[in-house]
Amino acid sequence: MGMLVNLRDWIDARFPLTKMWEEHLSKYYAPKNFNFWYFFGSLALLVLVIQIITGIFLTMNYKPSAAEAFASVEYIMRDVEWGWLIRYMHSTGASAFFIVVYMHMFRAMLYGSYKQPRELIWLFGMFIYLALMAEAFFGYLLPWGQMSYWGAQVIISLFGAIPVIGDDLSLWIRGDYVISDVTLNRFFALHVIAVPLVLLILVVMHILALHEVGSNNPDGVEIKKNKDENGIPKDGIPFHPYYTVKDIVGVVVFLAFFSFVIFFIPEGGGYFLEKPNFEPADPLKTPEHIAPVWYFTPYYAMLRAVTIDIGPLSAKFLGVIVMGAAVVILFFLPWLDRSPVKSIRYRGPIYKTMLGAFVVSFFVLGYLGTQAPTAGRTMLAQLGTIVYFAFFLLMPIYTKIDKTKPVPDRVTG
Amino acid sequence: MKRQLLAILLLVSPAVGLGAGGGDVHLDAANIDPTNRDSLQRGAKTFVNYCMGCHSAKYQRYNRLARDLGISEEMVMENLMFSGERIGDQMDIAMSKSMGKKWFGAAPPDLTLVSRVRGADWLYTYLRTFYQDDSRPFGVNNQVFDKVGMPNVMWQLQGVQKPVYKTVTDDEGHEHQVLEGVELVEAGTQSEEEFDRTVRDLVNFLAYMGEPVKLERQSLGVKVLLFLLVFFIVAYLLKKEYWKDVH
Repeated sequence: MGMLVNLRDWIDARFPLTKMWEEHLSKYYAPKNFNFWYFFGSLALLVLVIQIITGIFLTMNYKPSAAEAFASVEYIMRDVEWGWLIRYMHSTGASAFFIVVYMHMFRAMLYGSYKQPRELIWLFGMFIYLALMAEAFFGYLLPWGQMSYWGAQVIISLFGAIPVIGDDLSLWIRGDYVISDVTLNRFFALHVIAVPLVLLILVVMHILALHEVGSNNPDGVEIKKNKDENGIPKDGIPFHPYYTVKDIVGVVVFLAFFSFVIFFIPEGGGYFLEKPNFEPADPLKTPEHIAPVWYFTPYYAMLRAVTIDIGPLSAKFLGVIVMGAAVVILFFLPWLDRSPVKSIRYRGPIYKTMLGAFVVSFFVLGYLGTQAPTAGRTMLAQLGTIVYFAFFLLMPIYTKIDKTKPVPDRVTG
Repeated sequence: MKRQLLAILLLVSPAVGLGAGGGDVHLDAANIDPTNRDSLQRGAKTFVNYCMGCHSAKYQRYNRLARDLGISEEMVMENLMFSGERIGDQMDIAMSKSMGKKWFGAAPPDLTLVSRVRGADWLYTYLRTFYQDDSRPFGVNNQVFDKVGMPNVMWQLQGVQKPVYKTVTDDEGHEHQVLEGVELVEAGTQSEEEFDRTVRDLVNFLAYMGEPVKLERQSLGVKVLLFLLVFFIVAYLLKKEYWKDVH
C-alpha cells in the first residue's frame, strides 16, 4: 500500500492525476435526480470505445482495395478467429451509436440541456453528430457490397446538383469519374484516421465543457445555486461512486440488447446490414431500390420531398439544401428556444405538442426514407418536412407565448 | 368537391398501404432446419453435382464444410471434390466469368452468400417453379425470376412443368393473362414430395454457406445473455447498496 501511495505522489508531482480524478469523477457533483434518459451519455462513450477497438481488429484483416475488399470481409467472417463476432459488433455498433446518440439528443430537448449556460456543450455535441454521420458514411463504403457502392454513388452525386461547381466537386470527392478503388482508398483513410481523431477531440471538448458548467437534470434546476457550507451543491452527489455504479447497470442492460442483436439478429431485419450488401459491388448493375442506412433516412426523405424547380435551381439542388438545413438548424436550437424554463416538466402545452409532432415527423420521415417513393409517400414526406422545420422555425414564437409552470428551487427527486 | 376528396384519398392510399410494394409473388415456406446434418449433407451433394458446374462458392472452404457438416475430410475428398483441389481450398470453379457471360448472357453468380441476398423462401420457390417457355434460349422461364438466364438443371429429377395462366381485368377494363402458377405435365425421376425435399436440403445447405457460424453464434448468444443476467443482478444490488444514503 505504501508503495502505491508513493507512486501516486510521485506521479502527482509530475502530472495532475489525482487532480483530474477528483475534478471529473470523485468530486464532480452531478444532480442526484438523473433518470432513464441520463444513461445515454456514458453509453455513447462505451459504443465509441467498442467501435474503436473492433475497428482496430478489423483493419488487421480488411483490405481497402476494390478487388479484395468484399472477399476480405468474408475472410474475416469465416477464416479469422472470432472475426465474425468482431465484424458484427462493429456493424451493430454503428446502428447502436446512432440509437444512443438520438436518445441522448432527445434527452437534451426534453430537459432543455442545450439552454444557457450549456450552449457550447450542445454545439460540440452537434459537431460530434456531424462527424459521426461522416464516419458512418465513409465506413459504409468499405464492405464494397452493392448497397455500399450505390449508396455512396447516390450521396456523392448529390454534390453534383450544386450549380457551377457541382460536377467538379463530386469528381474531386470521388477522385474518379465513378466510385472506384481510388474512392475506396481515401474513404478508408478518412474512416480509420481522420474522422476518428476529430471525433475523439470533440468528445473530450464536449465532456470538458460539461464538467465546467455542470450537468443539467430532469427539473432543469441549477444545483450550483444551492450549496452547503463546504461549497458542495445540496442536490449534488459525487459522480464516482454514485453514477459509476448506476451507469454499470445501464451498461449491462445496453449490452443485453446489443448482444441480442449481434447473436440472434445481426442483420437487424435488413436495417443494420442491408441484403443487397451481401452481393459484391457491381458498377454495371444498379439495385432495384437504393436506400441509405436507417439513421440517414429521415434526411433522405426530406431530400426527396422537394419536387419542384425554382427558376434556375433544380429540385435536386433544393432538396440538398433542405437536407443540409435540416441538420444545420439543430445547431441553432439554444438560440431558437426563448422559454424561461428548461425542463419539459414546467413547460406549457404548446411546446409539448410541438415536440411530440417533431418526434412523429422524424419517425415517419425515417420510415419513408427506407421506401421507394410513390405520390402518396412523397406528399407525406412533404408534410413531415414542414412539421420538422416548423418545430424549429416557429420555436422563438411558441416558446415565448407558451404558459409555463413555476420551477422549484431544488430538484424534486 | 367529392372528386377532389377522392383524388386526395387516392394519393394518400399508397402511403396507407405502407407494408405493400415489392415482392408481389407468393413464396413457399422453405422450412429449413440448420441443425439437421443429414439434410445439409444431402444438400451439399446436390450443390456439388447440380450447381457447381457453373456456380462457384468461392468463400466456402471444403474443410470447413467437412467440419461443420460432420463428415470426414476423406469423405469430402471422395464424394464432393472432383478436380484435384486440396481440402483447404475454397469451392471455386474452372469456368471464368467472361465464359459464363458468353454462354448464359449473364455470368452465373457466386452462390456462397446468395441465401443472405435472396432469403431461403425465395430460393426454395425459385428452384421449384421453372416452367416450359419456348421463347427462352433454354426453353424455360421462372415464376419468381422472369426471363432468368439459367436452365432448369434439375429437370430430370423434377420433370417438366407448364405455366397456368389466369385472366385478370385491369382498372381500364383490359384483360390480361397473368401467370398464376405451374403444373407438372411430365413426371421426373423423383415424386413431387421427393423433389421438394431435394430442394429443401439444397436451400438448407445454401443457407448454411451464407453464414457457417450461425449455430455457434446462437449458442454463444444464449451463454452471453445468461452471463449478463447474472451480472445485472450483481450490478443492480451494488447500485442499491451505494445509493442507500441518497435521499
